[in-house]
Amino acid sequence: MAASVETMPDAPKTMRDIHAPVHASVAGVTRIFPAVGEQPPVHALGPLDLDLVKGEFFAVVGPSGCGKSTLLEVLAGLSAPTEGSVTFEGQPVSGQVPDGVGVVFQEDASFPWLTVWDNVAFGLRRAGFDASEITRRVDYAVGFMGLADFAQAYPAQLSGGMRQRVCIARTLVLQPRLILLDEPFGALDQQTRLLMGDELLRLWRETGATVLLITHALDEAAMLSDRVGAMSARPGRFIELVETGWPRERDSRIVSEDSFGRLTGHLWSLLREESMKASGHQMGRQK
Amino acid sequence: MSAVALDKPANATLRRWTDFFLLIAGLVVVWYLLHLWAGEVALTSPYETVAKLIDLLGQAWFWPHVGETLLALFYSLLIASIGGLGLGTLLGIHRLSGQVAEPILVALYALPKITLYPLILLIFGLGLSAKVAFGAIHGIIPVTIFALNAVRNIKPVYLKTARVMRLTPLQAMRTVWVPAALPEIVSGQRIGFALTLLGVLLGEMFASQQGLGFLIINAIGLNDVPVIMALALLLALFAVAVSSALLALDRKLHQRS
Amino acid sequence: MSKVGWIRLAIVLGSVGLLEILCQSGVIRPLTMIPPSRMAVELWKLGASGKLAPPVTKTLGNVAAAFILSVVFGFIAGLLIHALPRFRRALDPLLASYYAVPFFVFYPVLIVIFGMSDLPIIIIGFLFGVVAMIINTLNGLDRVPTVLLKVGRMNRMSALQTAALIKLPSAAPYLFTGVKLAVAYSFIGVIASEFILSGSGIGYDIAYAYNNFDNRTMYALMLFILTTVTALNMALYIWEQRMLKRRQGGR
Ligand SMILES: Nc1ncnc2c1ncn2[C@@H]1O[C@H](COP(=O)(O)OP(=O)(O)OP(=O)(O)O)[C@@H](O)[C@H]1O
Ligand SMILES: [Mg+2]
Repeated sequence: MAASVETMPDAPKTMRDIHAPVHASVAGVTRIFPAVGEQPPVHALGPLDLDLVKGEFFAVVGPSGCGKSTLLEVLAGLSAPTEGSVTFEGQPVSGQVPDGVGVVFQEDASFPWLTVWDNVAFGLRRAGFDASEITRRVDYAVGFMGLADFAQAYPAQLSGGMRQRVCIARTLVLQPRLILLDEPFGALDQQTRLLMGDELLRLWRETGATVLLITHALDEAAMLSDRVGAMSARPGRFIELVETGWPRERDSRIVSEDSFGRLTGHLWSLLREESMKASGHQMGRQK
Repeated sequence: MSAVALDKPANATLRRWTDFFLLIAGLVVVWYLLHLWAGEVALTSPYETVAKLIDLLGQAWFWPHVGETLLALFYSLLIASIGGLGLGTLLGIHRLSGQVAEPILVALYALPKITLYPLILLIFGLGLSAKVAFGAIHGIIPVTIFALNAVRNIKPVYLKTARVMRLTPLQAMRTVWVPAALPEIVSGQRIGFALTLLGVLLGEMFASQQGLGFLIINAIGLNDVPVIMALALLLALFAVAVSSALLALDRKLHQRS
Repeated sequence: MSKVGWIRLAIVLGSVGLLEILCQSGVIRPLTMIPPSRMAVELWKLGASGKLAPPVTKTLGNVAAAFILSVVFGFIAGLLIHALPRFRRALDPLLASYYAVPFFVFYPVLIVIFGMSDLPIIIIGFLFGVVAMIINTLNGLDRVPTVLLKVGRMNRMSALQTAALIKLPSAAPYLFTGVKLAVAYSFIGVIASEFILSGSGIGYDIAYAYNNFDNRTMYALMLFILTTVTALNMALYIWEQRMLKRRQGGR
């Protein structure tokens, strides 16, 4: 699966099938958190539009607090937008998480009272799979995530990164058609991140799922995705949707490509001002 | 949208109070229905209870009893809250003593301390000191347990931060330890107050010739239901008023953290 | 046993030993307290004479009934109250001050209503225990991390499934605290009622012995209550620690 990097120059500029049907979309979405006590209402997101094309890998980058997690929750049906509409596979999303959507949350969401194995099996049991299928999928996922030695351990005995892998496995075994990941590799070291990125790419290719990945690492966004949405400071809006042009067959070795450096550089130039705004810096000095 | 959001806080406060009074009204209705069901002799009606209470409050002989109870409560609270706070803080700072003491404290907390009343009487005799002792042993243990946990559970990273910033022990105490532990400590004081009051009343019931507890046990002996009900109402009103104030403080502190 | 456990044991034994010495040497007068060893002997004699069994069965039976009612009703009530945040906010100050009101003052009222049976005592024990369970159920439900509830929604679980598979296990440590307190408060309620009016049970026997200057019986019975409650509490504590251990790991 690594063979593709050498063939890059001949590959078409973009491998994303722009004629594929829209899989999920948000239109005119805003999210305003109501006032609490003395704290005035917070306009966290939008107005914002996004069409996710079936089978694409979409990354979202943006300064801290710009509304990335909020966007994910709205898209997943976990919270209702203040204005605008969300659809998944042609059906409006409201109030409920639609079947076929999987979410990996930013916080640790492993159940402390279940073993790693039972955590991963949780969703499958709810969905009523039969025991042999559950065993097959869970064993595979636990091995795939490098947790085989810890299958019978409790989350408290794992590191933060390992717990996050438990949550990723728990979502992936359900084979969702739309996978929403909120900084899933945040607690991992750079090398493991790259490898996990490769695994995520392989999984994405094999399952044909649509992926939306929120990340704070620009290189990760540039490396993994077909398109990167760069968000403004709060209230978050897309300032640019950047096509990466990578072939579908790709892996972490593209970080040595020239175009990779250009891509990351471009993303940073887009986000630099926004990040400064978000962290309250004065701008203009570099103009 | 923003207009709705803006006038929300005022509405929320108003609504909270309305809800509270609705609840109280509901309880009074339940009380009245119970009164109708159980009959006049068994359970005085809300109206008559209030009338009886007002009557009692108008009697000159009644007030010394109230004063006596308040005095005993004051001393017991002093011992329970300050003693418990000091003890709990020490046990929280010194990790080993905390580990040794906690299960013992929990076991003491669970003991029905009322069993010990003959012992307290034999030690202190009838009177104020027995009541205070009874109140204090009820209150001091929860205060200690909460203070212990409050101090012990301060996140180590806060303490490290204080060290990195090179705060003096006093500065660290004032700016890190106290604010970090305060919410839990207030929760402990709140529970400590309720149990101290309970303890004082128990003490008065068995170990005193004065105070509201004594009036209650007297009324129980005479089977004077209106007086029992009126005194219970008075105590409930007092307890709810003080607890609500402490609860509001508790909430405010916990919200922040 | 761990080092901490040994120190704890030494402290407890040391305190009992000190008390023994103080009593034996006459620093504490025998009219105030008899030595712990004598209490044990008296308790043994009382047990052998068959005078212990009837009040013990009576009291423990009432406590058990009050405890079971408290835990079951307290948990269900906690779930319901938690589902009604407005009601709960209004109720909170009442729950917070609940334990300051000595509910056993209503014992005579209950006797008038229910007659001179065990029922009034069980009701008082229940009134004492149930609120500890409600408060701790609410506490536990409050602390269920929202992200775990989101996982439930992602798996499209029903309210009942969420309660049984996420809320209950997540709140379990707090529920355990509630159970422990329900035991303690059921004891307090039952024994206090027995002191006040009832004609039987351990509380009544202690008060009776006290009034008749029968220090030996009194202390034997007190020893019995204290050791029983402590043993029960220790058993629950050990069980709880075992359950929490794997969940908290080394942290
Ligand atoms: N429950 C809430 N109530 C009020 N405001 C909220 C709430 N959740 C989020 N916000 C606000 O919405 C804004 C966006 O939050 P969000 O969590 O989406 O940011 P984010 O882009 O995911 O940040 P990060 O990269 O740090 O995770 C923030 O400014 C935050 O203050
Ligand atoms: Mg986020």
